[in-house]
Parts: sequence; structure tokens; C-alpha cells
Amino acid sequence: MNLADAREIAAPRTVVWAAILDPEVLKTCIPGCKELTGTVEDGFEAIVVQKVGPVKATFKGEVEVSDIVAGESLTLTGQGKGGPAGFAKGAAKVSFADTDAGGTLLTYDVEAKVGGKLAQLGSRIIDGFTKKLADQFFERFQDGLEDPIEAEPEEENEEKPKKGWIGRMLG
Amino acid sequence: MAADGGMGHATKRREDVRFLTGRGRYTDDYTPAKTTYCAFARSTVANGKINSIDTSAAAEMPGVVAVFTGEDFADVGGNPAGWLINSRDGEPMKEPKRPVLAHGKVRHVGDAYAAVIAETLEQAMDAVEAIDADIDELDAVTNMADALANTDTLVHDEIGTNQCFDWGWIEDNRAATDEAIKNAPHVTTLELVNNRLVPNAMEPRCSIGEYDPGTGDYRLTTTSQNPHLTRLLISAFVMGIPENKLTVHAPDVGGGFGSKIYHYGEEALVLAAAKKLNRPVKWTSTRTEAFLSDAHGRDHVTKIELACEKDGTFIAFRTETMANVGAYLSNFSTATPTFLHGTLMAGNYTVPNVYVNVKAVFTNTAPVDAYRGAGRPEATFSLERVIDKAARELGIDPVALRRKNFIKPDQYPYASAAGLEYDSGNYDALMDGLEKRADLAGFEARRAESAKNGKLRGLGINAYIEACGIAPSNLVGVLGSRVGLYDAATVRVNATGNISVMVGAHSHGQGHETAFPQVVADMLGVDPMSIEIVHGDTSKIPFGMGTYGSRSLAVCGSAVFRATEKIIKKATLIAAHMMEDKPENVDFTDGEFAVKGTNKKVSFGEVALKAYIPHNFPLESIEPGLEETAFYDPANFTYPSGAYACEVEVDPETGKVDICSMVAMDDFGNVVNPMIVTGQVQGGLAQGIGQALLEHGIYDENGQLLSGSLMDYAMPRADDLPNFVVDHSHATRCTHNPIGVKGCGEAGAIGSPPTVVNAVVDALQRGGHDVDHIDMPVSPARVWAAING
Repeated sequence: MNLADAREIAAPRTVVWAAILDPEVLKTCIPGCKELTGTVEDGFEAIVVQKVGPVKATFKGEVEVSDIVAGESLTLTGQGKGGPAGFAKGAAKVSFADTDAGGTLLTYDVEAKVGGKLAQLGSRIIDGFTKKLADQFFERFQDGLEDPIEAEPEEENEEKPKKGWIGRMLG
Repeated sequence: MAADGGMGHATKRREDVRFLTGRGRYTDDYTPAKTTYCAFARSTVANGKINSIDTSAAAEMPGVVAVFTGEDFADVGGNPAGWLINSRDGEPMKEPKRPVLAHGKVRHVGDAYAAVIAETLEQAMDAVEAIDADIDELDAVTNMADALANTDTLVHDEIGTNQCFDWGWIEDNRAATDEAIKNAPHVTTLELVNNRLVPNAMEPRCSIGEYDPGTGDYRLTTTSQNPHLTRLLISAFVMGIPENKLTVHAPDVGGGFGSKIYHYGEEALVLAAAKKLNRPVKWTSTRTEAFLSDAHGRDHVTKIELACEKDGTFIAFRTETMANVGAYLSNFSTATPTFLHGTLMAGNYTVPNVYVNVKAVFTNTAPVDAYRGAGRPEATFSLERVIDKAARELGIDPVALRRKNFIKPDQYPYASAAGLEYDSGNYDALMDGLEKRADLAGFEARRAESAKNGKLRGLGINAYIEACGIAPSNLVGVLGSRVGLYDAATVRVNATGNISVMVGAHSHGQGHETAFPQVVADMLGVDPMSIEIVHGDTSKIPFGMGTYGSRSLAVCGSAVFRATEKIIKKATLIAAHMMEDKPENVDFTDGEFAVKGTNKKVSFGEVALKAYIPHNFPLESIEPGLEETAFYDPANFTYPSGAYACEVEVDPETGKVDICSMVAMDDFGNVVNPMIVTGQVQGGLAQGIGQALLEHGIYDENGQLLSGSLMDYAMPRADDLPNFVVDHSHATRCTHNPIGVKGCGEAGAIGSPPTVVNAVVDALQRGGHDVDHIDMPVSPARVWAAING
């Protein structure tokens, strides 16, 4: 499964770049992320809960940031094992460019694959699901940068953070 | 003698009473005292290196009594392939070890690498989740052409290739066939895929291991079509348990279709665990596990060429096939694409040149093995599709083209160019019958009617021959089988006159409990209901090679026939003694022994009683008792044949195919129970139509099974199927077995897929669409795409 998209963020490139390297930002933006520990240099460990079609699972896995060209591009790679549900792997190549309006154009290219029960039971819906996850991630990222005080969109029944992640970072 | 309920009578299946009232006893219905439950950890990656498997947390989980990994079985033998195939260059096939549990590497999604035994199934399943397996995912190979071209990605590193063998049949005919095709006035070429199928028996596999430390006896209760072969494989190859210390019992089995012929690692594991724990161990497959770990069927990619004269006379068939064997060689996997496929590539035709090349390919997918028809559906599909295409190219009616090349009734026995000797048949008579029953003359009118409704109607014709009644030992031995293929039966006449018949064939839908007594009752002139069939338990029956390849009645039924002949012979001695005359003066008819020319007679029941109360027997010439065993090894396969017709309506707007009619004219030789035979054909047709229209086991390039549940894998439902017309009145007796029967179990699944696809292509062609071929399953999406370029 591959998908490519781009979005324009109304914030300067330096701010956007700093944000994406921030563990707190990653934690807030990764859909279903319950825990995220570690550093950019050593990689992160994450616990993510997701429901794909009929399969709900807790994924334990790693998130790595690589191919870092400061201010320009990086690759986010994640892989998680969901026990009997199988596994999910994904990589997003993200690049950053200035826009004429003084914002940042964020371009991303996502590749994802799933295995085990997720693939057997969810293959019909996995493409749509991957797109939803990627959209959610970058939407939250964008919202957090552009509108730091507003609560980010969250699914029902999940604990809603009171503020966007910049808001929280700013206290 | 036609006793009521004897041969030829449509007796209702006595076993259906228990099946239909919930009184069948399947493996999972059996739970011995102190049973423990087994769950497997299975690979979620298609190819992976096992770095380590940490089972310590799982072992500490509540209720867990043992955890096994591949390490525990490193020293036991592999599960072998039953047929040795040599490549064209004389090299034996590559035969990597198939372990009980994956060791070192996992090779397909679903490959079991650990097993947990616990007090309850839930505890076992929970503990499986606690197993920490460090497995590095490696690139997988699922496409056969890639697997042959790319030796960087190997399923089995130790063999250095993904090619199991490169087989030519008949290699000596290769040059002549090439030459004939080169010089032929017309050559029709077709490339096609025979789609991978997942068997989906209604009852998933289940195995229970037991061990008696007092006697050292093992007992395996398991879902098997083939309990003696399973015992042989476990004893001789995998675990070394002496055959006389191992009982294999397959009670009622809810469908097999091939998938339960084979021995699987789970069976060995529950036996080993039962001994170690000194407690019964039960494993029942989930439907998901069945999708991932049962042997799949078909999966051929084929290029076939038909060379002919301008008038349609066939000159040669040449086939190149890649056959997927999956990640490991299942027991019959090497025979299915070779001798059950290549030997049939002359079809029903007097073609002088046939050459078949089959490359068997390892891939990171579930093992592929025999599935209802096993090789013959693949052969028939290739032949009958390319013949249909040739008919179109030559402008000859498809029925006429087939008739022109049919072997004629006076040509039997007929030595086919693919190496078999057909014993009997009459293909023109079948086609005559088909023309009437399918009302081929009325097709144009029906087509016009469909056209009024905006539907494209098409007519598909097919003729098939198959080789079944899988035996004989002398032939399969030449062809590479490592076992003999015969069968055995014991007929035990009890003192009170009722009869137990112990048979080596296993009944799991075939109706043996009804049909076999019809044979014996007919011969002995007794009530069929006084005869009981005993099967499926190696401790009760003499021996047997099980049920597959439409062999039960032709091979095991013939053993029953031979044993019953021996019973009559011995009973005649006893009757003669009772009537104080010579045996040669005694006739046996209608259940009575009589001295010729006198009114002296004794009934079969009186003789039976006397056999067990031999107060005044001449013991030097007559032993007490009335029990006889026969092993039967036939002289040849049986060769059922048929002519099928199918009419379809295609909706050009959606590509949806509706089957309007399906007519099956089959020659099964003598028919013992026409109702059961009709049911067998109907079931085969349903499965064949499932393959043609709906079913497809699909792996993605990473080796994930995408159609891994009944939500995504489309099984045929009743409303996908028309009312079938099944006719087996045009029969030619099998010439070499004593009952004159030919196998009927697979015919429907062999004959129907090309009939359906021929009909769909015909509908599109008549509708003005230039479509030569659509691969199965002929789904609405594929038909729509073909219509719309």
C-alpha cells in the first residue's frame, strides 16, 4: 500500500521541522498512541492501540527517524507487533519546503504493510485504513501547529487533551 | 440377482440419519478424561529467520502444562513426499525437510513454530500470545516466475533453488511433438491460470493424542481420509512409533476433498505431547488456521498449444506448466501436477503427439496438494479451453471438433499418447445424450430470449476423461509412488448371520456405509441392513490406503467383492458338508445353497451358524468360522468420462455471470447406488462452479493471504447454482474390476470449470466482444474488464 499527499501548513519551516522531531508531538499525532518513549537519536518505543475492521489490537513497536537532512527531509519508520492480530509496518518519507505565503509545504510518501490476521481479515479495508491513519497523523500535526490552543479532533470515547500540543508545551 | 437394496438400487443413505439428527461423532466430539488443549503460535510473516523463541513467560501463564518449539523436534524425522519425481535431466526432485514445528526458519504465514498445552483452550491461546519470538522478516517469494528467476530469495536455503523439479512427460515424445507443432497448418496457443483454491471442509482439522504408559500404546484420533497412511507416515518417517503400538482412528469426518489425506505436523505434536504429559492432548483448528495451514489446491500457470490440420484433426498438444507446491512438499504434492495431470493431456482424443513440461516451484505460501480432482481438473481445463479456442479460430462447431477427434468405441483398449491405456468408453454416446438432455438445438431460441432482456447468453461444451480409482501398485510404482496403492477388506459373517465388513476406505461423505453393503447383499442374497461397514480405525480393519482419487468403490469395493467371493466359496464347503454332498454339486442363489437336481437346501444364515458351531466338521478340510480378507490391487486406473454443457447469461452492464443450466452426462460404468452417484456429481459440480466463478486463494507479494476468511474467500452458495441435470445412463463397464465400476467422486469438479468458462467466453463472443479467455474465477470485475477492454 502506497500513498502520497501534501499539505500546506501556516507556520515557518523551522517551527515545523522542530515540531516533527519532538517526541511529545509524535505521541500526540500518532493515532491511538498510548505511550512513546525514547529519543530521535536512539529511536522510540511506542504502544499503539488500533482497530482494523474486526481486529482490535495493542501494537508494541519501534519508531525510528532516519535520513535526516536538517530542515528538508526525513523518514519516519514504524513497526509494531500486535500479538495474534499480526503486525503492521509503515514508513513515511516527509519533505519540507517554504511556500510563498511564508508557510511550509509538507510532502509525504507513505508505504505500509500488514501481516497476520490483520491481512487475512482486513485486506479489503486496509488501504482505506492506512490513508485514514496517515491523514489523521498529518492533520493533527498541522492542527497543532496552526491552532495550538484548540483541542485537536479526537475520536469519541477517547480522552481529549485540553489543548493542542504546542499549547501544552507552552504550558 | 437384484435383491431389494442390492446393486443398482437408489437406497437412501443410512448414515444420513445420524448426520441429520446431530448424532454424528466427529473428532472434536471426543474428549477423554483429563484432556489438555493445544494452541499453536503461527508465523505472521511469509519468510523469516527465527533468532530465538522465548517461551518462559508463556510457561508461567495460568494453566500451562507444556510449551514446545521446533527445537524439541529437531531430532525427529520430516514429513515426506509420497512420490519421487525425477527431473528431465534424471536428477531426483529437491526434497527439503518438512519439520513438525518450524525450526530455524518460518516459510509461510501460518507456519507453526511453537505449541502451548494448557488445562483449557483459552489458557493455551492466551499463553501463545505470551511467546516472545524474535523472527527477522526476510523477503518473501510468492509468484512462481519470480521464484524461478530470483535465487536471492529462497524458500529453502539448503537446496539453492526454488525449483523442486523440472519434469517432462513423456520426454521421449518431446522432439516429435516439437516437430509436429512446427510443421502444423494451424496452432492455437492459450496461456491460462488454474486458480489456487482453499479446500474449506465444513469440519476443520482436529487431532487428539493419547498415550497409555501401562502398555506403551499411542492413540491418535484425527480428521483423516487416510488413517493407515497417517499411521505409516508417523511410524516409518516422523516419530518411529512402531505401527503395532499406534492406533489411528478417524471417526466421522466432515468433508475432506483432499485436504485430509495428508499427515500434518499437528498430529505428530499431539502424540508427542500426550506421551510427555501422560495426558490426552487435543487440538482443534480454527477456521483461520484452516485457511493458513490446510493444503491448498490447484495453482498452476500454463501455456498450452494445440496443433491441428485445417479440418480440425488434432496433431499435437504441448504444455508448459508451473505448479506451485507452496513452502513444503505435502504428501501427494509431487504426484498431483505430474502423473495425475500430465498423463491426462491427451484427453478423449486420438491425438498422436503429447508433451507436457511441469516445473514445480517452492513459494512462501501454504503447501499445495491434491484437491478434488487433483491434476485432472487442471489437465481438463487446459485441454478443453484450448480446444474451444481452436474451434473458434478454425470456424468449426465446438461439438463437431471434439467429435471429429474422439476415440471411437471400437478402439478400446486405447493407448493414449500421454502413456495411459483407457479400458472402455463411448464419448460419442455421451455427446449424443448431451445434445438431447441439454437441448442444444434450442439454444438459439433461448439466446434470442436472453437478448431481449439485455443479457448475453452463451453455451459451453466440454468433454473430459479422467484416470481415477487411484491404484494400481505396478503402475504407480513405475510413476514414482513410494507406496503401493491397493485396498483391503475383511468380511466377517457373525454366528447369527449378520455381517461386519471392515474396509480400508474411509467414508466422509461418500456413502460407503450404504453402498458397500449393497454389493455384499447382492452377492449373498441377504438384507443390506444386516450388513455393517467398519472403517476409519486401524485397530479394527486389516489395512487400507484410504479415500481419495475416486478410489473407494473401484478399489476397496473390489476388495469387498473379492472377500465376499471367498465367503461364498467357504460357505459352499460348509453347506455341502451340511447336505452331505460334494461342493461342486452345490449352487448358491438368492441366499440359499441347494444341491443340484434335489430339493436339499440350506439358507445362508444356517450355514453361518454352523460355521461357528462346528460339532461335526471335517476339521482337516474346513476351518471353523466364516471370515475372509482380500487385498485388491487392480490392473489399471478406471477411466470415467463425460460430456458437459452449461448455459450462462452475462449481464454486460455489470459483468455478472448467472448459470442458467448445467448438464452432466457421465460414464461411471456400473452404478451401485445411482442416488449417491448423483449426489457426488452434484457436489463436484458445485465445487467446480465455485472454482470457475468465485473462489480464489490470493497471496500478496509479501506472502500475506488476502482471502483468508469466509468474508473474502467466496464459497458457492445454493443461489449461485442452477438445478443440475445429472445423467449416468450412458455407461460402459470398467473392464478390469469385478464390479465394473469407475470412480465418480471428482468428475463434477473436473468437468465443470472449463464448461463454465467456455460458456462465458461464448456469451461474450456472440455478444460481439473479442474475448479469447478470462482467468478463473470469472468474477464480475474480470468479465466487465474483458468487455470494456
